[in-house]
Formats: sequence, C-alpha cells, structure tokens
Amino acid sequence: MIKFFLMVNKQGQTRLSRYYEHVEIHKRTMLEAEVIKNCLSRSKDQCSFIEYKDFKLVYRQYAALFVVVGINETENEMAVYELIHNFVEVLDKYFSRVSELDIMFNLDRVHIILDEMVLNGCIVETNRNRILAPLFVLDKVAEN
Amino acid sequence: MALKMVKGSIDRMFDKNLQDLVRGIRNHKEDEAKYISQCIDEIKQELKQDNIAVKANAVCKLTYLQMLGYDISWAAFNIIEVMSASKFTFKRIGYLAASQCFHEGTDVIMLTTNQIRKDLSSPNQYDTGVALTGLSCFVTPDLARDLANDIMTLMSHTKPYIRKKAVLIMYKVFLKYPESLRPAFPRLKEKLEDPDPGVQSAAVNVICELARRNPKNYLSLAPLFFKLMTSSTNNWVLIKIIKLFGALTPLEPRLGKKLIEPLTNLIHRYVTTNTALFIQHCASIQLCVQKLRILIEDSDQNLKYLGLLAMSKILKTHPKSVQSHKDLILQCLDDKDESIRLRALDLLYGMVSKKNLMEIVKKLMIHVDKAEGTTYRDELLTKIIDICSQSNYQYITNFEWYISILVELTRLEGTRHGHLIAAQMLDVAIRVKAIRKFAVSQMAMLLDNAHLIASNTQRNGICEVLYAAAWICGEFSEHLEEANQTLEAMLRPKVTTLPGHIQAVYVQNMVKLYASILQQKEQSGEKEAAQEITQLMIERLPQFVQSADLEVQERASCILQLIKYIQKLQIKEVPVAEEVIALFAGELNPVAPKAQKKVPVPEGLDLDAWINEPPSDSESEDEKPKTIFHDEEQRHSRHKQPEIDEEELARRREARKQEQANNPFYIKSSPSPQKRYQDTPGVEHIPVVQIDLSVPLKVPGMPMSDQYVKLEEERRHKQKLEKDKKKKKQKKEKRGKHHRHNSLHTESEEDIAPAHHVDIITEEMPENALPSDEDDKDSNDPYKALDIDLDKPLADSEKLPVQRHRNAEDLKSPDSEAPLAEKKSKKPKKKEKKHKEKERDKGKKKEKEKKVVEEEEEKKKSSKHKKKKHKKEKEEKSKDKKKSKKKHHHSEEETTESVQNGTLDDEPLPVSSSALATLTYDIQGNLQNDSQVTVSVIFENKSTSFLKSMELNVLDSLNTKMIRPEGSSVHDGIPVPFQLPPGMTSFVLSSLICACSVGGGGTSSCCLGNDEGSTHEKLDFKLHFSCASYLITTPCYSDAFAKLLESGDLHMSSIKVDGISISFQHLLAKICFHHHFSVVERVDSCASMYSRSIQGHHVCLLVKKGENSVSVDGKCSDSTLLSNLLDEMKETLSKC
Repeated sequence: MIKFFLMVNKQGQTRLSRYYEHVEIHKRTMLEAEVIKNCLSRSKDQCSFIEYKDFKLVYRQYAALFVVVGINETENEMAVYELIHNFVEVLDKYFSRVSELDIMFNLDRVHIILDEMVLNGCIVETNRNRILAPLFVLDKVAEN
Repeated sequence: MALKMVKGSIDRMFDKNLQDLVRGIRNHKEDEAKYISQCIDEIKQELKQDNIAVKANAVCKLTYLQMLGYDISWAAFNIIEVMSASKFTFKRIGYLAASQCFHEGTDVIMLTTNQIRKDLSSPNQYDTGVALTGLSCFVTPDLARDLANDIMTLMSHTKPYIRKKAVLIMYKVFLKYPESLRPAFPRLKEKLEDPDPGVQSAAVNVICELARRNPKNYLSLAPLFFKLMTSSTNNWVLIKIIKLFGALTPLEPRLGKKLIEPLTNLIHRYVTTNTALFIQHCASIQLCVQKLRILIEDSDQNLKYLGLLAMSKILKTHPKSVQSHKDLILQCLDDKDESIRLRALDLLYGMVSKKNLMEIVKKLMIHVDKAEGTTYRDELLTKIIDICSQSNYQYITNFEWYISILVELTRLEGTRHGHLIAAQMLDVAIRVKAIRKFAVSQMAMLLDNAHLIASNTQRNGICEVLYAAAWICGEFSEHLEEANQTLEAMLRPKVTTLPGHIQAVYVQNMVKLYASILQQKEQSGEKEAAQEITQLMIERLPQFVQSADLEVQERASCILQLIKYIQKLQIKEVPVAEEVIALFAGELNPVAPKAQKKVPVPEGLDLDAWINEPPSDSESEDEKPKTIFHDEEQRHSRHKQPEIDEEELARRREARKQEQANNPFYIKSSPSPQKRYQDTPGVEHIPVVQIDLSVPLKVPGMPMSDQYVKLEEERRHKQKLEKDKKKKKQKKEKRGKHHRHNSLHTESEEDIAPAHHVDIITEEMPENALPSDEDDKDSNDPYKALDIDLDKPLADSEKLPVQRHRNAEDLKSPDSEAPLAEKKSKKPKKKEKKHKEKERDKGKKKEKEKKVVEEEEEKKKSSKHKKKKHKKEKEEKSKDKKKSKKKHHHSEEETTESVQNGTLDDEPLPVSSSALATLTYDIQGNLQNDSQVTVSVIFENKSTSFLKSMELNVLDSLNTKMIRPEGSSVHDGIPVPFQLPPGMTSFVLSSLICACSVGGGGTSSCCLGNDEGSTHEKLDFKLHFSCASYLITTPCYSDAFAKLLESGDLHMSSIKVDGISISFQHLLAKICFHHHFSVVERVDSCASMYSRSIQGHHVCLLVKKGENSVSVDGKCSDSTLLSNLLDEMKETLSKC
C-alpha cells in the first residue's frame, strides 16, 4: 500500500502532498522535511529506494522537483517507481510540458489526476486517457 | 437588494484566487508568515459570505495552505458546506479539502453522512467518484457502518469507473467496520471476474491486502487467480497476484508446483522481484537466484537494490542457494549507496554459518572502520551483534573471539549503541561460564583504559560498556589476575565524570572486588596489604559520597561506613574477609525477559479481588489502629509460611529438575551433549592467558580478534586432520564400502566443534511457566479485526445495515426486499387453512432469499439473450424493481386445491399435485431482461420418503422456452439441486423462461421427473402465463400519462362488468394487485391506471364505477395484449 505521495522541490518546499493514512499536520511538515533531506543527500547514481523508519521511500527527481512516495512492505518498489513516471507523464500531457508553477497554480487539478491514479493507497488507473477523462469533462464545464 | 448583489460581485473581483495566493506567497519571501496570516483573515471573511462560489474559492486556497503546513481544521464546517454544493466544480473542492484534513477525530464528520450518501447515488458518475475518493481518506467506523451497504451496491454499478473505486474503498470499510467483510465478500469475489480489467485489478488489490491477514480464507480463490495470472497483461495486477500466491503457497504446497511453469515464463519476461518469493521447487529457485545475480551485478542501482531485496526473500526459505553468492553480497557492502549496503547487510544476517561467521564479521569490522556516516556505522554495529548473537549464539564457536570483537567495537566514536555492546558483554559473561576468566581479563583492561573511552564527551554512548566492565569485574572477581590494579582503576578521580548509573555500578562492584582482595590477602597472611587496601578505599570513596547522583551518594556513604567498620576490626586483628565476602555470596542467574509475565496465577487467587475491603469514606479514625494491629498479626503468620512449606519447596525443586531434564530446549549444565569435545585436543590448547597479556593489554586499539581467527583456523585444521586420520583408519578397515561417501567428504557445519565447552545457561523461567505464544501478537494491530473466517455460510443476522425511512420512500431502497417479503407473507394468514399457508410462507421467504441469487444468474444469462426490443429508461427500471416486488399475482390451475385457493384473494400460486408431491409456482417479469420472466416453483414433498435427483423439464412452446445451461439440448431437464426430505418442507426452485413474444396468456406444460432408486415418478403440471405475468408495476406521472394518451398510436378497447358491490377503493386495489397496475390519478369514482409490459408496451386504463357496474377503457400499444388483458380483468372483476 502507498502511504503518502509527495512532490517536494530542492528547497524543501512541498508542492503536493497526499496522505493515505491520517498524519497530524505538524508531523506532516516534519516528515516532509526529513524525507526531502534524505533524498537530497543522495547522488544521481544511487538507487531510488530509501529505507526510512518503518516504510520505504521511492523517489524520482525531475529537474528541481522530487516526487517521493512512501510505501509499506506489501507494495512493489518497481511498480511504484514506474507509477511516478507515469504520473509525471500524465501531468506533462495535461499541462503540455509541466513545470513546478503549473503544479502550484493548479493544485486542485493535480489532485484530481493523482486521485484518478491512486485510490486508497492502491494503484487504480494507469491509462493516460482514462486518467484525464474526468478532468477534460470538468474543463469543458468550466468553459461553458 | 440589487445594490447589495452588485457590491458583492465587485468585492469578489478583488478576492484572491488560488493563483493569486501562490503568486503572493512567492512575492513575500521575507515576511511569508505575516502575509499568510493576512490571507487567512481574508479567507475567514470570505467564508462568512453566502455565495457558494466565494466559499469554494476560499476553501481551495485553504487546501493549498494546509499543504504548506497550516492547520485548517477550524474551517471543517465550511468545508462541509462546500462539499454539499450542487455544482460539481465546487463540490470537488470541498471533497478535496475534506480528504486532506478530515480524520477520525473530526467531530463534524458525522454531519456528512447523508450528503455523502446522496452523492454516492448521484446520477453523475463524477459526483459519485469524488465522494468515493474523499471517503477513502476520512472514513470513520460510523461512516463505514452507515455507508457500507451503499458502497456495496456501487460495486455493481453500470460504470466500471465507479465499480473499481467502490471495490477499493470497500477495503477501508472492512478495516473500519469488519462486520461488513462477510456479507460483502461474495460480491467482492465476483469482481475478480469483472469484464473491466480496472475493476479486476481493484479486486485483486483488495483481496491481496486481505489475504495478508488470513490467507486460508482465500485459498479457494486460487484457481481464479491462476487463470488471471496466465491471462492478465497488466503488470501491476500480475505483481499483486504473485504476492498473493506468495501468501497462499505455504498453505497449499501443491500450488507451488503448479505455479512453476507460468512463473518461469514471467521471470523470463519481466523483472518481478517477488516472483522469487515462494517457489517451492529447487530447480526454479536456482533459476531465480541466477536471474537475481544478474540483476545484482547490473550497473543500474535500482535493479541491484531490487535484486538484493528479492534475494533476502529467498533467503528465508532457501538459505543454501543464497549462501553460494556470498562473494557478491560482500561486494555490495562496498557500494557507495547506503540503501544497497543496508540491504546487503540484511542478507548477511541470514547467510552466516559456523563456518563463515568469523570471515563475515571480519569483513564487517573493516567496513566499520571505513564507514563515514554514523548512521551506517551504527547499523553495521547492530548487525554485527545481531549476526553473532542470533539464535542463542548458535554460530559462535569461539567466544574469546566474540569478546574481543565486542572490545574492539568499543573504539567506535559517537555510537548510540554502547548499551547494546554492554548488554552483549554481560550476557556472554554470565551465560558462558567457560569464558568468564577471559572476559574478566578483557573487562579489567577496559576499566584500566576507561580514560580513553570516557575522555571524549562525544563518545558518550560508548561509556555504557564501562557499566558492563565494572559489573563483570566485580561479580567474577575471583577470576581477576591483578585485582589490585583494577580496583585502583575504578577508584580514579576521573570516574566521577561518568554518568550516575555507571558510577553507582562502580561503587557497588568495587566492594565486591575489595572483598575478594581482602580474602585473598588474609588467606595468604598479608595483613599489611589487607589494611592498605582498606585504607585506599577509605581515602578514595569520599569522592563518590560527594556525588550529585543520589544513588551513587547513598551507596558510597553506606559502603564507606562499612569499610570504616572493617578497618576497626582489622586493627583489632579480627579476620573479617569471610564475613565481607558473605555479603555477595551466591550466584545470580539470568532471568528471561518474559519470566514475570509467565508466572502462572496460582489456583484460588483472584488478582482482581480486593485484598482488603476498599476503605469507605465513613470510616472513622478510631478504627485505624485496630487495622494496623490486625495487619501485623497477619504478617507474622506469613513469615512462618516458608518454614512450613520447606518440604513442599524441595519437592517442587525436584519436579522442576525433572522437567528441565525432559525439556530438550533446556541446556543442562552437567551432561551436556557438547561435553565430549572437552576431550578433544582443541579444547584446552588455546593459551588464553598468554595472549591477552602479551599482545593487547595496554594498547586497546589493536585488533586482537584477528588473532583468534587465526587460532581458530588452526584449531579447525587440526581437528580436521585428526578426523581425517581416524577416517583413513576406518577406510582401511572397510575398504570400498563407503568409498564414494568418503571421497566426497567436505567440511560441513557439524564438523566444526566449538573451542569451548560452551555452556550457555538458559534464562530462568518461573516454575510452571505458562506456555504461550500470544506475546508476539500485537493487540494494537489495526488489521487484526480482519481475521475473519469467510468460509462459514452467512447467517441471517449478518446483513449490512440499511438505512430506512419511515415513510413510503422506503420502497426506493433497492435492498429492502426482506421486510417486504415478510409483509407479503403475513397477508394470507388472516384466512383459513392456516398451517398449510404457513408452510407456504416458509417457502415464500426462502424464495425471496433465493431471488437474489436467481437474479444474478439471470444477469449472466441475459447477455446471451440480447433480444431487447424496447429500451427502458434506467430510472423507470429501478423503480419497477421495487414495486413489482410488492405485488403478487397468480394464475390458476384445475387441481382441487386451486379451487379452494380461488376463494382466497391473496393466496398465491396455482398448484399441481400428485401423491408424491405438490407444486406451486409464481411467475414474475424479469427486471434485468425484458424478454424473460422468472418462474419460481415450490415443491412440497407429501410422500414418506426422500425425493431424490429431481429434474425439472419444460416443453418449449412456440413463444416460450426454458433457459438451460449452455450445451444442453432442448429436451434436457434442469436438475433440481436438492433432495426433499419426506413430509415436511416445500422448496423453491426457479427456472427461467424466455417469452419470446408477449401476446396473450399461454400455457406451457412442464413435467417434474423424480428418480428415486427404482421408482420413477413424473409429475406433470402446466404453467399458465397470464398477461399480468408480463406486466411490471410502473409508476407514471399524470403529465406523462396524458402525453401517452395524446400520442394517438395506442389501440383501444373496453369492457364493462355488472354486479360489482365492493368499494371503488377496494376495486382499484384488486386491479393493482392482480394485474400489476398503478394508479395514476383518481377523481371520485373514476381513476386512471398505468402499467407496462416487460417488453415495454404501455397499458393505460380508465376505470369508472357506476351504480352497480364498472367500466374499463384500455389503451395499449399492442392490441392483442390489451384484449387478453381485459378478458382476464373481466374474470377477476366478475368474481368480486
């Protein structure tokens, strides 16, 4: 199961956070800070998995932005590793070349994308078109 | 008013939206906190407005701030307001905020129940979707209980988008409300075969999670998963299925063999790290390990990591196959990536054997020296200790080596794990008697060099080892060579800088040391030396008396007084040593950590009972002295008790010894199985004393463990040589006999004899300790509740709670069948022939229960019969479902009973009967498929014997035919899946009849065959299809009704019946009941009624009541249907 899904930039600022199990708000900030510290301390030629406390972090770096996913022992590391890339690809498709600002300005939309892909800590959808379908409907409604 | 609105919209123009907020925060880098608090004030203002768009915007901004770490729980109520917005654009913002900040402790969450239920049943799939997503984040036990049924219904939603979400949410619901698991499980199982791969994958995910808790429950699903695994192309699903099999194979070994082939294919195709998990077969394990080796050797760090991870999983079941790759794993310890090193370390833990332990630890020690980061070094340290101490020091053949490793580890700077090393030192010294002498000498050396360990404040963690050193030197002081020197080391002023608890141990143990020195001196007659040592103590102890630590101070002053007293006696030349040493006589045995817990409660002792009555407030003070006196008396008697039981104690001791002797896990002290090694030359030959004196004593930095490695190797070599010699002798004697065996001989585990008579004292347990494994179970495990047996059949009480309203809306809930069924069955009771009816009622109820199954069957079958002539509106359909269940109808047959039945208004079902059995049946329109009706048949066994292997057959007519299982011919019957016990029960069977066209009524002759041993009975009966059978009660609104009549393409016909005496109200009720109509409108003695056939023909009626007559005008899109229907109606009405 996926425990949390984070996007944090190199400065340690959270750009997206989704917890699939409740975590106290002050603990969230602490956790995010530690997680990013862990990720930053690693060089690019090191593997993308970190064993952190009682879960595992799977992360990927895109420019200045880290996508970090916390998982427990039942989740497959490789699957999550691919999921991250899948997620970024979907963002890329929707925003056409996504940037950190896109994510900040459209936090709610990014959440919709994430919620379509991961539900209740499980990977639920990986098809790009099906992921974006609800969002396109929403955009159409907004236009009208 | 208008002005206010304009003003409001102008205000809104100046409201910040999310983008403005983000930009603003970026522009206020210096005073971000101030800016945000200003924004929060604005948001609070916005939330006070009535406009939902403003509120939604405010909540959207709050969600962003929440992500930055600001608490927004104060806005919970506003979030709920936005959640209940009708527009989806706002609603989703509300749900997003809720999913981010609501949790079980949010009290307003209970206000959302009805809103969420409404959204779940919304016709817009995205409303439902967003509600489900939100729910997954904040579902509470209450919400789970209230909504379980709604979500379960959604699992069969028409849209896969909703189905897959509903399936996944169910897992959370199970967690929060475990009672829902059993009722919902059958449907969850069904979803494994859902046509949509997304839903399938969701179901696999959920079952995979569930199976972690109680795999046994899911064993029956193995064939299904097997099919999925071979057919699925979705890697994500495959991974989950393989994981699931990993949990199942230990329970069903045959599975493993079956899995080999598909898995081997998979391994060749993908890198699924978990494939390795469970293969029970050696051949494929080898294949796996080889594949993993390739992964680990890969330059891609991720693959390397995953390879190691999978390797550790194989290690648990097949340590041998992994051990051969030791080189590779040791190599990984050099990796620059910490994650990989940690994985490799983990692997090493499982790979050690007696043979390679020293080598591996030596490697690790080198890494300890090289390691830079303290975390990794600490990890190494704990791993070394773990590796060595695992399963009761199983792999250690030379404890001197282990002690020296521990001593070497004390050089680690800044480690947090000083206490770990200390604990190991204590444990080994206490439990391995043979090593005490050596351990004491090493500890003395540590104490001597305490300044090195304790000098640096940074090294604080490591000074814990001095605690162990001091205790060991004190407790086993009889083994000390240079006790004086050690005592002096312990009395150094520097010691006072150590932490209090260590000083306390110092103080206590220097007395032990002192006592043994005293004894030694007295025995050898060196009175002056004895007095000197006393003097030394008196001089140095005051520094501890001044300690700030209470414990140290107390002990020191106590001991100082004692020694001053001893000094007095010494001056008087009284021998004191014996008495002093008596203070510390006796041996301390290790006690198991769980010992206390395992003490059994003696019989007759109630721990919860009050020993004394709790003091009441009214008790006056005068009584108190009395109680004290009473207490004292009691205490006296208690003191006496042990004396009385001396015999009993002895007896118990004996029994305990007996038990220990029989316990294979209790390592006995004298007749040890390892004792024979004492006689081998390897035992005593290590010149322990020489080594520690000559090599390292003064230079604690020297790696001495290497010495022991070498010695150990020599020893093993010697041992081997000797054994070989023996074997050669044997070989000469028995030439050729064991030829092959001997030539293949390699040094195996068992050949390595430990260097010492390793007497590892087991930890003590209380007498009659309770054997319990429960200690390992964590009572706080949130998943424990899911440990439910799913194989047990569902009990009637196990139903998901359904929310009911008191009013008629009740009927709209699709799952409220049960109460309706009861209502129905109660009706006929008022009439005569009670007991017979009761039986029928029973049947009825069962029928209702079966109906669910039945309908599902039909659903599957309906796909084959897609002859839908008319499309129904979805909503109508769902309404039909409820109403049609309410009404019943019947048609009659010519049997005697039916005549009787004919007089009973509400009595259902015509009958066919014979000496053996009676048959009753009921026909209903099928809601799922418009070309089908369902026939429920109730059998009643009237004979005195069992009815076995019954078969139901229907002769297909032109317009009806029975739906048979695929592959069977037109003449085949359907076997009745039960046997009928004599006399009593009626059972229900439903067969499905497809009516290809609905014109009028028709009959279909059927027969029921019964083979019972030799007798072969056939019971013919006819199914009479009245027109009403094809009608489904459908509500219709008056405007729609009017439109229908206006449309003009309806055929018309009318009847008139005279001699009607019953009231109009009653009359309408009859039509509704018998012919499945609903009243559209009623004005005085005139009413319009509507119904619809299963094929979608509309039937409209205008019923008018005159003085003594009733006229019915009917309009219908099918003229034959109408005329047949009116004929039937005429018959009904004429009976009134």
